[in-house]
Amino acid sequence: MDNNSTSIKHSGNMKLKDVAEMLNGRVVSGIEHIDKEVEFAFSSDLMSDVLTVQKDNVILLTGLANVQALRTAEMSDISCIVFVRNKKVSVDMLKLGKESGIVLIECPSSMFRASGVLFSNGLKPVY
Amino acid sequence: MTMHFEYKIEGGDFTRAGYASSQVKRSLKQLNVDPKVIKRVVVALYEAEVNVVAHAYSGIIEVYIDTEKIKMILTDKGPGISNIELAMEMGFSTATPEVREMGFGAGMGLPNIKKNSDEFKIESEVGIGTKLEIVVFIKQ
Repeated sequence: MDNNSTSIKHSGNMKLKDVAEMLNGRVVSGIEHIDKEVEFAFSSDLMSDVLTVQKDNVILLTGLANVQALRTAEMSDISCIVFVRNKKVSVDMLKLGKESGIVLIECPSSMFRASGVLFSNGLKPVY
Repeated sequence: MTMHFEYKIEGGDFTRAGYASSQVKRSLKQLNVDPKVIKRVVVALYEAEVNVVAHAYSGIIEVYIDTEKIKMILTDKGPGISNIELAMEMGFSTATPEVREMGFGAGMGLPNIKKNSDEFKIESEVGIGTKLEIVVFIKQ
C-alpha cells in the first residue's frame, strides 16, 4: 500500500478555527488570525526536530509548554501551536504570543489523539 | 552599505534565548528579504543562540547585513569543544537535563546550523570558548 491509497483525503487547507473546534481546544492568543489556513501539522516535544521542518503553512502540536516552543515556532514561520495533554500557556508565553502573532491553542487531548483527529480530517504530515 | 547589530547573551538564561534571533528576523522582514532566506538565517542563528545559552557563560552575537549576504559571528566564553568533528555529528550532545527539558540537547543544533548556512566556520579552544561564523547569501 502506498501513501496515495490511504482512505483519508488530504485535500490540504484547514482553517485554524476548525483546528481548534475539532480538538475541543481553547484559543488563548491570536484569535484575530483564526481564519488563517494551514496545510501541514508536525507533532513533537523536541524543538530541535521542529527546527528542521522545511515546509510552510505548518502548525505545531506539542506538550512542551514553555517560551522556547514559541521562539521555535517564530523562527520556523509556524503560525499556530496546539498545546496538547492539557498543558497551560503561561503569562510569559502569552506575552510572546501577542508579540509574534502566533495562534496559541490549549487542548485537553493526548498528542496521539489530537494528531489523529487532524490527520483524519485532511491535515497533511510534513513527511 | 553594511548594517551592523550586536547582542549579548547570558549563559543559562533560557527566558531570553531567541531574543536576538527575533530582532534579526524583524530587521530582515523590514528589508524585504525573501522569507525562505530569513527562515534559514533565523533558524541557524536561534540554534546557535540556544547553544551559547546552554553551554557557555556568556557570549556576543554580531550580525552584518549587506546587499549580498547576512553574516553572523557568535563568540562565547565557555568550556569550548574538545572534539569539533564529534560535536558536528548528528545526535552527539553534552547537554544537561535542564537543556533537554527546554526541548533541545538532542545533538542536532550544529548540523542544522551547517545545513541552513552557505558558509560555516567553527573554532574552539577548551577552557576559553567557541567562535561560530555563519553566512547566508541573500540571492540563493
